[in-house]
Amino acid sequence: MAMASGLLFGVGLGVSGMTLPSKVVGFLDFTGAWDASLAFVMIGAIAVHALMYRLIRRREAPLFDLRFHVPTRKDLDPRLLAGAALFGVGWGLGGFCPGPALVSLVSGGSAVVAFVAAMLGGMLLQQFVDQMKVRGESHAGGGGSHTQPVTK
Amino acid sequence: MHNFTPVPALLGGILIGLSASLLLFSHGKIAGISGILGGLLSPQTSDRSYRLWFLAGLLVAGIGLRVLYPAAFAVGSVAPLGAVVAAGLLVGFGTRLGNGCTSGHGVCGISRFSPRSLAATVTFMATGAAAVFVSRHVLHLGGGQ
Repeated sequence: MAMASGLLFGVGLGVSGMTLPSKVVGFLDFTGAWDASLAFVMIGAIAVHALMYRLIRRREAPLFDLRFHVPTRKDLDPRLLAGAALFGVGWGLGGFCPGPALVSLVSGGSAVVAFVAAMLGGMLLQQFVDQMKVRGESHAGGGGSHTQPVTK
Repeated sequence: MHNFTPVPALLGGILIGLSASLLLFSHGKIAGISGILGGLLSPQTSDRSYRLWFLAGLLVAGIGLRVLYPAAFAVGSVAPLGAVVAAGLLVGFGTRLGNGCTSGHGVCGISRFSPRSLAATVTFMATGAAAVFVSRHVLHLGGGQ
């Protein structure tokens, strides 16, 4: 079922135009020749999922698990916004977000391969920074503290 | 807007929405690509199997599209290779720091009316637009082949 979901997701991305970096750049190019097409991807996906989400969450549990794993946090923190800001810059610059980049990987273009390799590197780097932070906090004896400012 | 393609975009969006619903219904998980992929890179992650199957599905979809609908993929790149690598690093680092990308925040999060996801989506669209403005209209970065 997870594979079917991934398959459906990938086909959706390919059909929608999300795998074309020029389309993504056109969508984000508000001051140039703006191409609004990709807004319809979000409209379609959210319309379907917002409805289905409510129907599915009426169930006690998903089919193959004892409970739903859905984030419940509501507060905004600098980490969330800084992460989203950095991601946006990369998205606009390269024209790829993670899903379309993975779907395009088999198309074999050297740019896509370089992008995905760098993306994995970025993910590992972020994990490494997190681990260093945890280690630094435990060394400083500041257990349970989460007031450390996010460094840029 | 000579490249305006709302119908395939809407159709693809509907498929993405159905896919996210299927993953929630079957495994109770959020279809956030960066989270599913990033979790595999961490040794503490225990739920590896659904992640691997989901990503396998994405790659197989890529192969299928390559054969049946090659127009889904671009030849060349929108930016020089150095910029593409920098973009990849930013996307990897940023999505893990901010716990999500276009799928997890933009589709799944907004569908749940999550204020965090809404704020994240507004933020990455804004900085994405800013990056396009600077790279297209200030630096005039062209594509490589």
